[in-house]
Amino acid sequence: MTIHGAGRTAFRALWRNPLRSSLAMLGIVIAVAAVVATVAIGQGAKAKMAAQMAALGTNLLIVHPGAMNLHGAVTGAGAVQTLVLSDAQAIARELTDDVLAVAPVDRSGGQVVYGHQNWATQLQGTTNAFLTVRDWPIAEGRPFTREEEKSAAKVCLIGNTVKTQLFGGEDPVGSVIRVKSMPCEVIGLLAVKGQGGWGQDQDDVVLMPWTTLMRRIVGTESDAVGMLWISAKSSDLVADAQNEIDALLRQRHHLAAGAPDDFDIRNLAEMQSAMKDQMSTLALLLGTVALISLIVGAIGIANVMLVSVTERTREIGIRMAIGATGGDVLVQFLVEAMALAAVGGAFGCGLGAGATRVIGQVAHWHVVLSPFVMVATLVVAGMAGIVAGFYPALRASRLDPIEALRYE
Amino acid sequence: MTADTAAVIRAIDLAKTYRMGDVEVPALKGVSLEVLRGEMVAVMGPSGSGKSTFMNLVGCLDRPSTGTILVAGQDVSRLSRIARAKVRGRTIGFVFQGFQLLPRTSALENVELPLVYQKVSGRERKRRAVAALERVGLGDRLDHTPARLSGGQQQRVAIARALVTGPELLLADEPTGNLDSATSVEVLALFQELNDQGLTVVLVTHEPDIAARAKRIVAFKDGHLVSDERIRQDRSRPEAA
Ligand SMILES: Nc1ncnc2c1ncn2[C@@H]1O[C@H](COP(=O)(O)OP(=O)(O)OP(=O)(O)O)[C@@H](O)[C@H]1O
Ligand SMILES: [Mg+2]
Repeated sequence: MTIHGAGRTAFRALWRNPLRSSLAMLGIVIAVAAVVATVAIGQGAKAKMAAQMAALGTNLLIVHPGAMNLHGAVTGAGAVQTLVLSDAQAIARELTDDVLAVAPVDRSGGQVVYGHQNWATQLQGTTNAFLTVRDWPIAEGRPFTREEEKSAAKVCLIGNTVKTQLFGGEDPVGSVIRVKSMPCEVIGLLAVKGQGGWGQDQDDVVLMPWTTLMRRIVGTESDAVGMLWISAKSSDLVADAQNEIDALLRQRHHLAAGAPDDFDIRNLAEMQSAMKDQMSTLALLLGTVALISLIVGAIGIANVMLVSVTERTREIGIRMAIGATGGDVLVQFLVEAMALAAVGGAFGCGLGAGATRVIGQVAHWHVVLSPFVMVATLVVAGMAGIVAGFYPALRASRLDPIEALRYE
Repeated sequence: MTADTAAVIRAIDLAKTYRMGDVEVPALKGVSLEVLRGEMVAVMGPSGSGKSTFMNLVGCLDRPSTGTILVAGQDVSRLSRIARAKVRGRTIGFVFQGFQLLPRTSALENVELPLVYQKVSGRERKRRAVAALERVGLGDRLDHTPARLSGGQQQRVAIARALVTGPELLLADEPTGNLDSATSVEVLALFQELNDQGLTVVLVTHEPDIAARAKRIVAFKDGHLVSDERIRQDRSRPEAA
């Protein structure tokens, strides 16, 4: 029998029992849809994170106090005290060849109030250098003055989300808001930044001088800082800057040669690769789930094909009696199983693509539908069909024609 | 090919023993028989005498336990499954008592089926299937499925299917067993007509008057061939046809 003829015969046989064929396909449909959708969503998240990481600037270095393990957790007791404000000043003062700007950054949650409006947001203590590091312009108003930074002045810059929540359409610059019961003058409005790499709203923030946050809000006289955000003068200088910062901080912290760092410097490439590691772990997990559902789908097909072979024993006998070889019968049932899987796979691709679109729109997720992935999934589904159909087809091909003809 | 190509069937000491668990059932115990080209042979004998067993061996549906069977000069007794399938497809046409047509499939497609396995192209297949159906008088029933045909018509479709490959030999195991007597006469007349056109026909029957229309009657009993007589050519056409 020709392949073309076998395909036609297969589709006709499947069409004869549409309900059973649909049920047999269901497992594959769901498996393929799940694969297509999860891959599209995963790829979308990956692409978006990569774009936003790149938007952070490839020149970025972040220093955390204490030694960190690979996953970013701080280790060692009391290590958090090791990074101080004067470290930031020293880096800015001494490493002018490679470093563009150094900003201390500490964060705290807090309620902000203006008139009858109040809003829970993130309070961030830093310096003007942070605006340089993040390349974040001020839309309206002015940055902090040196004097304000030194004296812990009650001034702040607000992000666009905070402005909308507190002021609506009103101009915020010059108004006094209350930050955790401290009156604070809004001296500027930050330009809109949008969503961050982890999905957070970057405009939902109030920036104030680092001293203001620590002395007046947190209420500490300590000079310990949570992190330093540093930008190198160019991406080529990131490695040099990293080495120089490392040397300077070791010297300032009086670390003996061979002693481990009591701080952790990360550049964007490292952060990206850490993120990629996490993504590939996730992808592996999704892949395993997808594989399992494909296997379940294939078992569904195998089951239906076994029933079908038993039911059609007499048909097999007839075909053999008039000249079909075992091979012809084998091919016929394999093609049937493959057709089930392929049609199921095609439906699954459609369903997966549709579901992906809907999810993307409803959840505002970035999704990437890749035709390559769909074709690959279809091929895998087809192969699963062949594997699933092989045993039933083999049984059919080994039937004895006389016995098969006698089958009731 | 042997010298005596005139022998379409040549069975030599043919035996078949079925095994059911520990029990051995000898169904055929050494049968030698020659059927010449153009003959029409009726096979008779009581139930269980080995007629179907013999037909299945000749029809390459089964293999003998011992002995040799040649069909159209080819020794088929030791052929592989695949080779036997090819002989069934090309050399032999088999008609069964129960018609054995594919359900929910038109007469035309049923008749085309053997050609599908010989990789005959679609157009040629259809042409030959239509010709075969016309030959058995069903040229106007091409699209009917078995469920929409009478028993006699179904058996004609089955005969057309057996003819469509242009076989050397037509085998029929109780082809009229499921038909009423009037229809049996018609179907038998068709076999006679095909035989008159030169086709070698071997058919199993229990009915002496049907057997009487053959040129030769062989009888089985208990796995042995017990009689073999050629009938003088006083074969009369059935009056009531
Ligand atoms: N597959 C089988 N397994 C075991 N025994 C079998 C098998 N097929 C046939 N037999 C036995 O072989 C003997 C001959 O059977 P066969 O079918 O050839 O008889 P028959 O002459 O065709 O009878 P009938 O006229 O009833 O069709 C019988 O005793 C039968 O029981
Ligand atoms: Mg019989």
